[in-house]
Amino acid sequence: MENLIALLVAAPLLGAAVLLCGGRRLDAVGHWIGVLMSTLSFVFAVILFADLLGKNAEHRTLIQHLWTWIPVESFQADVTFRLDQLSMTFVLLITGVGSLIHLYSVGYMEHDERRRRFFGYLNLFLAAMLLLVLADNYLLLYVGWEGVGLASYLLIGFWQHKPSAATAAKKAFLVNRVGDMGLSIAIMLMFTTFGTFAFGPVFSHAGDASEGKLTAIALMLLLAACGKSAQVPLQSWLGDAMEGPTPVSALIHAATMVTAGVYLIVRSAVIFNGAPDAQTAVVVVGAVTLLFGAIVGCAKDDIKKALAGSTMSQIGYMVLAAGLGPIGYVFAIMHLVTHGFFKAGLFLGAGSVMHGMNDEVDMRKYGGLRKYMPITFITFGLGYLAIIGFPFLSGFFSKDKIIEAAFAKGGTEGWILGTCALVGAAVTAFYMTRVMLMTFFGEERWKNRPTRSPEAPSAEPAAEHRGEHAEPHPHESPKVMTIPMIVLAFGSVFAGGLFSINNSFLHWLEPVTGHSEGDSPVSAGAVTGATMVCLVIGVGIAYAMYGRRPVPSVAPRGSLLTRAARRDLLQDDFNHVVLVRGGEHLTRSLVYVDHTLVDGVVNGTAASVGGLSGRMRRLQNGFARSYAVSMFGGAAIIVAATLLMRAV
Amino acid sequence: MSAAAVHSLWTTAATAAEPISKINAPKIEYGQLSPTLIVVGAAIVGVLIEAFVPRRSRYHAQVFVSAVALVAAFAAVVALAADGYGTTKAHIAAMGAIAVDGPSLFLQGTILLAGLVGLFTFAERRLDPAAHGNRVDSFAAQAASVPGSDSEKAAVKAGFTTTEVFPLLLFAVSGMLVFPSANDLLTLFVALEVFSLPLYLLCALARRKRLMSQEAAVKYFLLGAFASAFTLFGIALLYGYAGSVSYGTIARVVDGTVTNVDPALADTMGNDALLLVGGAMIVMGLLFKVGAVPFHMWTPDVYQGAPTPVTGFMAAATKVAAFGALLRLLYVVLPGLRWDWRPVMWAVAIVTMLGGAIVAITQTDIKRLLAYSSIAHAGFILAGVIATSKDGVSSVLFYLAAYSFVTIGAFAVVTLVRDAGGEATHLSKWAGLGRRSPLVAAVFAVFLLAFAGIPLTSGFAGKFAVFKAAAEGGAALLVVIGVISSAIAAFFYIRVIVLMFFSEPRPEGPTVAVPSPLTMTAIGLGVVVTLVLGIAPQYFLDLASQAGVFVR
Repeated sequence: MENLIALLVAAPLLGAAVLLCGGRRLDAVGHWIGVLMSTLSFVFAVILFADLLGKNAEHRTLIQHLWTWIPVESFQADVTFRLDQLSMTFVLLITGVGSLIHLYSVGYMEHDERRRRFFGYLNLFLAAMLLLVLADNYLLLYVGWEGVGLASYLLIGFWQHKPSAATAAKKAFLVNRVGDMGLSIAIMLMFTTFGTFAFGPVFSHAGDASEGKLTAIALMLLLAACGKSAQVPLQSWLGDAMEGPTPVSALIHAATMVTAGVYLIVRSAVIFNGAPDAQTAVVVVGAVTLLFGAIVGCAKDDIKKALAGSTMSQIGYMVLAAGLGPIGYVFAIMHLVTHGFFKAGLFLGAGSVMHGMNDEVDMRKYGGLRKYMPITFITFGLGYLAIIGFPFLSGFFSKDKIIEAAFAKGGTEGWILGTCALVGAAVTAFYMTRVMLMTFFGEERWKNRPTRSPEAPSAEPAAEHRGEHAEPHPHESPKVMTIPMIVLAFGSVFAGGLFSINNSFLHWLEPVTGHSEGDSPVSAGAVTGATMVCLVIGVGIAYAMYGRRPVPSVAPRGSLLTRAARRDLLQDDFNHVVLVRGGEHLTRSLVYVDHTLVDGVVNGTAASVGGLSGRMRRLQNGFARSYAVSMFGGAAIIVAATLLMRAV
Repeated sequence: MSAAAVHSLWTTAATAAEPISKINAPKIEYGQLSPTLIVVGAAIVGVLIEAFVPRRSRYHAQVFVSAVALVAAFAAVVALAADGYGTTKAHIAAMGAIAVDGPSLFLQGTILLAGLVGLFTFAERRLDPAAHGNRVDSFAAQAASVPGSDSEKAAVKAGFTTTEVFPLLLFAVSGMLVFPSANDLLTLFVALEVFSLPLYLLCALARRKRLMSQEAAVKYFLLGAFASAFTLFGIALLYGYAGSVSYGTIARVVDGTVTNVDPALADTMGNDALLLVGGAMIVMGLLFKVGAVPFHMWTPDVYQGAPTPVTGFMAAATKVAAFGALLRLLYVVLPGLRWDWRPVMWAVAIVTMLGGAIVAITQTDIKRLLAYSSIAHAGFILAGVIATSKDGVSSVLFYLAAYSFVTIGAFAVVTLVRDAGGEATHLSKWAGLGRRSPLVAAVFAVFLLAFAGIPLTSGFAGKFAVFKAAAEGGAALLVVIGVISSAIAAFFYIRVIVLMFFSEPRPEGPTVAVPSPLTMTAIGLGVVVTLVLGIAPQYFLDLASQAGVFVR
């Protein structure tokens, strides 16, 4: 059965190769090849899942060794896949949600002439992401890690003719490099510490390493996770990444790739368990990002950027949970999966809205769309209820568990983290209600006015085909787009509940991640109650601000905090002042040193050698007598030197 | 023989009053000396050809005899090596005068091949335009005629050619064969003179620029005689120290295993000053031949003035022979003294590498450029000599073999680039050669890259072997300086390549002559050996490694 594992990766990889190398003759069917390969991978995943379920918990790890990749004496790396409960969970999420989004993209990208290439990139992404979660050693994981980075870069910049998209792709790439450095350093540290980077030996020897070493490795892994998962301080790229086509935002920048950081931390649980200081750093990053993303999400008028802020915030929850140690690992992954469903659904819904609104993204120019797009409204609404944690929907179970776990951390730390998580829940309820109200309720602000003002350039060029400045005619999207949304809505509603029946998800994942209950100072019921109160407060404020009052179609100036949040809490300004300016100064001084000192030495050496040459050749004057004198002098020196050597 | 020895002989004879009944005939192992004997014999036949064969037929007869002799001698070397004389059966032949061992055979083989390739370039008769219907080579029509005189014109008109160059070449080769295998100081000196004198003559025989050629020959001769005097004086001092000219005996005296003092030499024997000064002076004579700084000053003038085929042959074969002799002297005679000579040789190697490379930068004549390059290469080889290890010996052997083919090939290319005045050796005339004659320029570029030591050429393999041996022998500083010199040297090699390929050709630039198969063979062999030794050097490194042990 383990021989199927490689096919999981091979199918989308083959798809990518065929689509990217196939050329124009595949334009007509290319998207279906992409969907087929993705679905094929999903089918394999389901077969493997059924196989795992049929085994005892302790036998649910399948290893497939393909070939030895780097056979250098003490530097061994294999291409080996490991399919255990953790990677199985990811594989199902990636291939399942991935296949749905492939299907959705068939409709969404219908008018794009580079659709075949788009599906090639999507397949490439799937292959890389599967490689990432299936790798049995960190070096192979790194290949997948870089592969998803590449796919993300290519897809963010898919509409590369737009300078904003090209810039956003470059920004994502550069910020991710910082994180990738962390991962590569972590791998090097592992090699020097353990002499290997295969999961098995590293985890079994982690206990022998000193805490300092483990902390160093864990912090480097955290840096990697921050880059890939858009956590503070490497969060700045995610908002701009929304320049990519919406299915990309749904698949890569909401459901799967951005959660790779959480996967990395949970996978390396043994290392983090041995490094409490690093765990503290993880929870701090998680808590800060949770609030950061939520605040940014409150201020954005661009529907995708609001959702991006929300993604950041929800991943903050997961990172927070992962940082709590064994009490949180399972819930981090559980929230990751439910989030994968509802956030992908929300993005697809946003894409559907944009599809019907001439690719307008400004929510201030939406309003009252529920009548025109009933299916989108219902699926989006279910996703909305799931994310704010409405009782008995997916988000309710998973988020509630994380908040409980945060309190269960114990001590002051537990109280602080728990409070952050609770506040986050309230803010989530606020901004998601805001999105919901501004989009589907209220007056129809798009009427009697072209949706696109000159200063707000369109996100998607397909709009050009549909008349740029015409009044939009909101309409429901075709079935190929709505069906994936409906499926995801089912996931948003039922996944959490399904996982929580008999704690099935906990028991499924426990053998890999370990689990402990912790010692909560407050009862689970109290936490749930507090969460409900926060939810009501958040929704209430949002309703008061956006439901009862008309929404101005031009954004008001807003308070200082609002304005800062609109600028992503000044993240780019900070980066610009500290990193860009600093970098420029550093570069300039290095260039100066290079020009004066280095070039000076180099050119000076060349010049002095040349000068020396010119002077020395004058000794060669053509007179045999001078030559003889030179020989005689040389002989005298040699004889004298030989005698001197003996004398010394 | 010293006066005291004669005296003792006489007194012995007088007191014993016993007539000397018989003299033991010296035992000569003709088979083991056959390479040298074949070449010497052919040279004498060549002289007879000059005397008795009609002028018209001499050229063909000479080339034929020389080629056969060189090939036969090479076959004899190979046969001896196959018979195990290079390794297990190595011994000292001819009453202690000649060592037949690995280094001897390897170097003799190299010299014979260099001689053969050199012979091809000597025999080239298609490059110079025919004079009065006679095909001519690079050598003066009549060496004895005064340049520019009527007799010279008459000789040219009569179609004379100096076919004496072939016996001269063979005599030089025979001396070179003996030089690295000489096992006593007198044989060493005789061999030195035997190969030097023909070279002095050959240098004077250029067909074009005869005055320059004669000037070069005179300088070479004067300075060579001066250096020989040093060598001879050194030999005398060493004899005074050890009471013998045999390598083995001197070595044993140096390390103290022989203590019986010849009464006639009681005053001098064991006097370390004699040993040090004498050793230094002999080494100095050899350093002159390899062209090490500060005994290098003849090199550019002579290389430039000599007929280019002679330059190529001389640059390659002389270096092989002289480094062979130097190795044997330092490894067999003076190993007990290595803490004395190593620092001095260090200094010589450093100034040679740097001096050759630096002065080459400002050269404008391709032959002078190659002369300075050969000086720098002498420095690199010295680095291997200093290693004082078996690897040092074998790396030097490999380097010499690689270097000689590149050198002869490079000078052979120089003979092809010509204008109205003969060879166009000024660098400015080489501008844009790659556009006009891409093949010739590419071949020359291969040689230059080999000189520079770029990977995939024999130059890299050789340099790597030498530097590795030097580094392992504790001369890391020398290796650093060697690499720096290589970097400096790479500048002017690559400058020539840039000049050939990336400059506009000059309108009145030189033409490239189409040579006969002889020169083509010489150049082709150079390219093939350069690439083979560069890409797959292991077999030849192993060969040199097997040959790396001196017999004592």
